[in-house]
This record gives sequence, C-alpha cells and structure tokens, in this order.
Amino acid sequence: MEIRRHREVLEISELDPFLAELLRQIPESTKAEGVEAAERRLYSAPADPQEAELCAEWKIYVEPELRRLFQSSTETVTEDLKPLNGKSKPFANCSLHIPLKHAEAWLNALNQARLVIASKFGFSEGELCDHYRSPIGSRRDLSLFQVNFYGFLQEFILQETNGRSPGAASSEEKK
Amino acid sequence: MFDVCFHVTSATESPVIEQETRAQEEFDRPWQVVVHNDPINLMTYVTMVFQKVFGFTREKAEQHMLEVHRDGRSIVWSGLRERAELYVQQLHGYLLLATLERAH
Repeated sequence: MEIRRHREVLEISELDPFLAELLRQIPESTKAEGVEAAERRLYSAPADPQEAELCAEWKIYVEPELRRLFQSSTETVTEDLKPLNGKSKPFANCSLHIPLKHAEAWLNALNQARLVIASKFGFSEGELCDHYRSPIGSRRDLSLFQVNFYGFLQEFILQETNGRSPGAASSEEKK
Repeated sequence: MFDVCFHVTSATESPVIEQETRAQEEFDRPWQVVVHNDPINLMTYVTMVFQKVFGFTREKAEQHMLEVHRDGRSIVWSGLRERAELYVQQLHGYLLLATLERAH
C-alpha cells in the first residue's frame, strides 16, 4: 500500500483486497447502536452527574447536533469509498482518492469507528499500544488491527493537513 | 391594610432578591473545561483539536495534550459557563472526552 498527497487529494494506491475491505467497513464500524459502551463513549456526559440540569439539557439540545455531525462525516466517507465497491476484479489491488477538503470528515469517521470498535471489545491501553502483536488469530485480533490501521490513516491525514497548507507541493510521500 | 400589604410584599420580595444574588454569583463563578485521558485518541489528533478549538500555538497545545496523557486530565480553559459549554460541545464533536466543572 502506498499513500501520497497529490495537490488537493490524498491517494491510497496498491490497496490489497484485505485493506480495501477494512476501508469499506469504516461506515459500518461507526454504528454504535445497540452497544451501550460505544453509545456512552460517543455521547459522553458533559459534566458530573450531579449537574443534573446541565446533563439533561445536553441530551435534548446538544446530542442531536452531535449525531447529525457524526452522521454527516460518515456520509462523506461513504461517498468517497464508493469507487471501492463493485470492482470487476475483486482480488486485484485498487486505489482510493480522498479530497483534502474531506479530511475532517475522514478524521471524524475514523475516530468514531476506532472508538466504537474499542468499546465493543473493551481493549485495554496495553493492547492498543502493542503494535507488534501478530499474527491475527481471532476476531478480537482483527478488530485491534482495524483500530490500529484506522489510526495509521488518521496519522497520515493529520500529517498532510497539519504540516502543509492546502495547495502546497505534492508530497510524493510513501508510507 | 397598608401595613399588612407592606409586610406581605417585603416578606415575599426579600427571598427573591437573595435568590437573585445567589444566582448572579453562580452565573459569575468561572467554569473549567477539562479534557480527560482516552487511550484511543491519537496524541497528534488531540494536539490538532486544541489548536483548532482554542487557537493554541502548537507548543501550548502539546503541553496540554501531554498533561492529559501524563496526569489523566488537563484544564484547557476557564471562564463563563456559556462559553465553556460551547467549547465542550466542540470537543465532543471531535470525540474528545471533555467535561465542564465549576472552578474551586
């Protein structure tokens, strides 16, 4: 897999089918419905429960706005991922292009997905920091890999959007 | 009649004034925006969010990020409640664990 920035687009090329599938799973992975721990994490309390009025008002007025924001980010990512769907050669490597103006939406959706997966599996800080864990032998291992892969993508997007202003020369950076 | 009226009025008004004073004190009392540690959010991401939301320099944002990482929490802003609520809402939008607390 190679990642580089070409002007206003982040290009992920030489994507093997496994990693392409992980990318396709981003929107699905953001769904916290039915997983109480994930819901609690995405929509965390704004204050100590003793601040009952504040917390109640937050649920009514702020939470719906947060839901809309998260939904909108996921929709943007879903749209960008469309080229990965319905490929004629399912086992061939492929490419994905992410417009730089969608970077915030991608960071948000990737974060949602990472938080939801981590909440579902209850990963410990030690597990999350263990980058040398291998091979993938269970659903839990796969999900941990997914969390780390999404984190790697976030790092790249941050590097390309923080370090350089849009319109700067293409990085030609390989990952 | 007048006297009675006067007493009734003062009896009902006094607590209201006191209550208003207390409410005003509560209103003026500063609130803190606290960011809590979270093993999922990347350090670079948290730094970027602090820069975007509070306009911190990279150095200041990194200091707060490291404080969160090292001590489990960092007070990133304090001031009036309304503004503090807005900041917490923005931080939640970036999926950071953030809360409002009354300043001691």
